[in-house]
Amino acid sequence: MIRVSDSADALRPQPGECLAFDVNPVLNERPTHYCPGCHHGIAHRLVSEALHELGVARRAILVASVGCATFTYDYFNVDGLEAPHGRACAVATGVRRARPDAVVFTYQGDGDMAAIGLAESLHAANRGEKITTIFINNTVYGMTGGQMAPTTLVGQKTTTTCQGRSLSNEGGPVRLAEIMAQLDGVAYAARCALDSVKHVRAAKRAMRKAFEVQLDGLGFGFVELLSGCPTNWHLDPVAANRRIAEAMIPVFPLGVFKDATTTAPADAGQAKEAPRG
Amino acid sequence: MNASQKERVLIKGNEAVAFGAVDAGCRCYFGYPITPQNEIPEALSVLLPENGGAFVQAESEVAASNMLLGAAACGIPAMTSSSGCGISLMQEAISYMAGSHVPGVIVNMQRGGPGLGDIGPSQGDYFQAVKGGGHGDHRNLVLAPATAQECYDLMFRAFALAFKYANPVMVLGDAIVGQIKEPVRREPPKDALRPEAVMALAKDWRLEGYGGRGEGAAPRLLKSVYLAEGALAGRNRLLMEKYAAMRAECAFEQTDTNDAELIVVAFGSIARIARSAIRRLRADGRKLGLFRPVTLYPFPAEALRALAPGRRFLVMEQNTGQMVEDVLLALNGAAAVSWHGVMPGLFIGADDLTEPILRALKEKKQ
Amino acid sequence: MAEYQDVIMAGFGGQGVMLIGNLLAQAAMEHGLEVSFIPVYGAEMRGGTANCTVVLDSRPIGSPLVREPLSTIVLNEPSLDKFQPRLRKDGVQIVNASLIREELVDKKLRSVCIPANDMAHELGNVKLANMVALGAWLRATGALPLTAVQEALRRVVSAHYARLIPVNAQALEAGYNFARRAAGQEA
Repeated sequence: MIRVSDSADALRPQPGECLAFDVNPVLNERPTHYCPGCHHGIAHRLVSEALHELGVARRAILVASVGCATFTYDYFNVDGLEAPHGRACAVATGVRRARPDAVVFTYQGDGDMAAIGLAESLHAANRGEKITTIFINNTVYGMTGGQMAPTTLVGQKTTTTCQGRSLSNEGGPVRLAEIMAQLDGVAYAARCALDSVKHVRAAKRAMRKAFEVQLDGLGFGFVELLSGCPTNWHLDPVAANRRIAEAMIPVFPLGVFKDATTTAPADAGQAKEAPRG
Repeated sequence: MNASQKERVLIKGNEAVAFGAVDAGCRCYFGYPITPQNEIPEALSVLLPENGGAFVQAESEVAASNMLLGAAACGIPAMTSSSGCGISLMQEAISYMAGSHVPGVIVNMQRGGPGLGDIGPSQGDYFQAVKGGGHGDHRNLVLAPATAQECYDLMFRAFALAFKYANPVMVLGDAIVGQIKEPVRREPPKDALRPEAVMALAKDWRLEGYGGRGEGAAPRLLKSVYLAEGALAGRNRLLMEKYAAMRAECAFEQTDTNDAELIVVAFGSIARIARSAIRRLRADGRKLGLFRPVTLYPFPAEALRALAPGRRFLVMEQNTGQMVEDVLLALNGAAAVSWHGVMPGLFIGADDLTEPILRALKEKKQ
Repeated sequence: MAEYQDVIMAGFGGQGVMLIGNLLAQAAMEHGLEVSFIPVYGAEMRGGTANCTVVLDSRPIGSPLVREPLSTIVLNEPSLDKFQPRLRKDGVQIVNASLIREELVDKKLRSVCIPANDMAHELGNVKLANMVALGAWLRATGALPLTAVQEALRRVVSAHYARLIPVNAQALEAGYNFARRAAGQEA
C-alpha cells in the first residue's frame, strides 16, 4: 500500500523549486485514487472552490455515498460522514435537521442516486431540504466494474448489457435534472458537463448557485455533471471527452432546469441556457 | 387526591416514549407510520417543534433510519421508531451506526411476524435486537420496558447509553407495552443525566463543521469502511472492547426469588403478565419467583447464574424460543431450564400462564 | 372498595366502549388507584366487537389482560356471545337489554340487564348508552364511587364536546340508579 502522507509530501516543492499553482485549501494534497482521465477530480475541485469562495468550508459537512466517490471525504478538508449506498440524501436530511447552521452536501454517482437511492433523493428534494447534491452521471457503474447504470444510454454496452441497453428490456436512461426540476422543494436544478473548458466553467457557476440556494434557505440545490469514465468506457481520456459531447449531451441536454432565484416555479422543466463560464 | 397523584397522567406506553424522549433531550425524530407504534410519531410531531426540535415523516423506514444516522452523527439526541417489517428495513442503517460509532436510539414496538404478521403483541424480534440484526458483527444495547412508566424512564437511559458508548440503542417494547394506558409520572428518573450532559458526551466526535472547534481544527470523519489491510480487524477489536465495557450496564428486576424453587425468566409485557400469575400462585403457597431482564443486551447473565443453586428456571416469552438460548448460555448447565412460548399475535392474560407454570413446577427436579 | 377489579367492555365500533374504558381508567387514577387500560383491536375490528380491558388494583398492575374477567360490560349480542362464556362464576355482567335478547343471558350468572339505549334515548341521545352501562357497572361492582367517574369526565371528554358533560354525568347516574333498584329487587 502507498502511504498517502508520504506521496503527498513528495508533491511539495523541493529545495530550488517554487510552487507555480496551488488548489484552494478546501481540497487537501492527497493524490486521488481515481483512474486517469476520470472527471471526479475536476468535480471535486469545483465543489471545493464553491465552498472556498463562499467561505463556508468551516461549517460544511460532506455526506459521502457508495461507488467510486466513496472516499470523497479523503480529499476534502471538511467534516464528513459516510452514508449507506443510496441513502446520502436521507443522511444529509438528518444532518441538516440536526444542525440547521451547517452547510450540507452530498456527492453521489448515478447508481447511488438514481437507482438504489432514487426514493431518498427525490423525497429529500421534494421536502426542499436545504442541502446541495452533486450528481455524477457517467452512464456506468464504475467501482463495481462497468455494469449498467440507470443513466446508461440505449445501445450502450456494459458488463450486464452485453448486447447494449435495450428500451424494451432495461428501459431508457433516467434524466434526473429534469425530474428534479418538477419538484416544488427544488430551488436549483442544472445539468452541466465536464468535457471541455467551456462546460467546466459553466459547471463552476452552477455549483456555486447550487450552494447559494442552500445558504439562502430557498431549498434543495442540485447539479448533475456529465462525466467521463475512460476505464469502463474502454476509451482513452480524449475519446471519452468526445463521447460526452457526441453521445451523452444529445440525450442529457445541458442547462438550468430550475432556478428559484430567477424564475417562477411554473417555468420548471424548461431548460434555460447553461450559465456562462 | 394528594399532590403526587395529581401529577400522574394517564397515557399510552407509546405516548410515554414520546414524552420521555423529549424530556431526555431528544431533538430530532424521523419515522414512517406503522401499527402499533403510531402514537409515538403523532405525539412527537407536536412535542418536538414545540421544543425547538425537528420532526420528519420520512418516505420509508430506510430513509428514516438513515436520517437518524445523519442527525446522531452530529451529536444531537435523535431517534426513530417502528415495528415489524419497518425494523427490518432499518437494519442497514443500524449496522452503519454501530460501525461508525453513532448513537442512534431506535424504538421497536414489536408486532407479530414473520413477514407482515399481524398487529398483535410479539417478542419475536428478540434475536434481531440482541444479536445485532444487521450485517456484520455488531451489537445494540437493548432495553425492554414492561410498563408505560418504564417507557418514559428508559428513554433517558437510552439516550445516555447511546451517547456514552456512541452506539445504537434499541428500546424493545411490544404492542401491549405500546398500547397500554397507565398512570405515568412525568419526571426524570433520579439517576438521569441532564440533556446537556448527554450531549457533552459527544464533544470528541460529533460533526459540526470544523469551524465549530476553532480555526485550524482538523476535519472529522465518521465512517465504517476500513479497506486497508488489518484496518477492519482493528475496528472490530475496538468494537469488541466496547461491547465488553457495556456489560457494566446490565439491569434486571427480581421479585420473590429468595424462597423460590422455580424462577420464571421473562421480559417486557410477558414478564408483567407472569408476575400476576406468580402472585396468584404464591397466594396458594407455591414457591415461585420472577427474574426480569431490563437490559436484553447486555444480558444479565451473572445475576441469573447467581440464582442457580437449588433452583429451576422457566423461560416464558412471546415467540417460538429465543431468549431461552441466552438463559441456557447464562446458566451453562448450572440449573434445569424449561420453556413456555406464547405464540406471536395472541393477547393473553395471567390465567393463560398459570397452567404452564404449574406444569413446570411438577417437572422432576434434575 | 374491592382490592382488585377487572372489566372487559365490548360492543360495536362506535358504541363508545373505548371512551368509557378511558373514563374509568382516568377516574381510577385520580382516585389514587393503580390502573391499566388496553384496547384490543383485531381482525374483528369491523363488524364484530371492539373491546378494551380495564384493571384496577391498589398494587401495581401485572397483567393488563384477563381471559376470565371478574366483570364485563356487553353492549351488543356478538359481545355477549364472546365474553359471557368467559365470565368468572362469581363475576357480574352488565348487559345492554336494548340490543341483547333476554333469552341469551345465562341465568346462572349474575347479570344486570339494563335497557341502555332506551334510557339513553330518553336522556336525549342514544350515544349515551355507554355511560348508562358504565353507571350500572359502578353500582354493581362498587369499584369506584359514581362521583369520581363523573368528576373525571372533564379530563376525558374533549373540549369540543364539553357542553355534553352534564348529560353524560346524568347518564352515568341513571345507569347507577337502575342497578341500585335492580339490586333491591334481587334482595
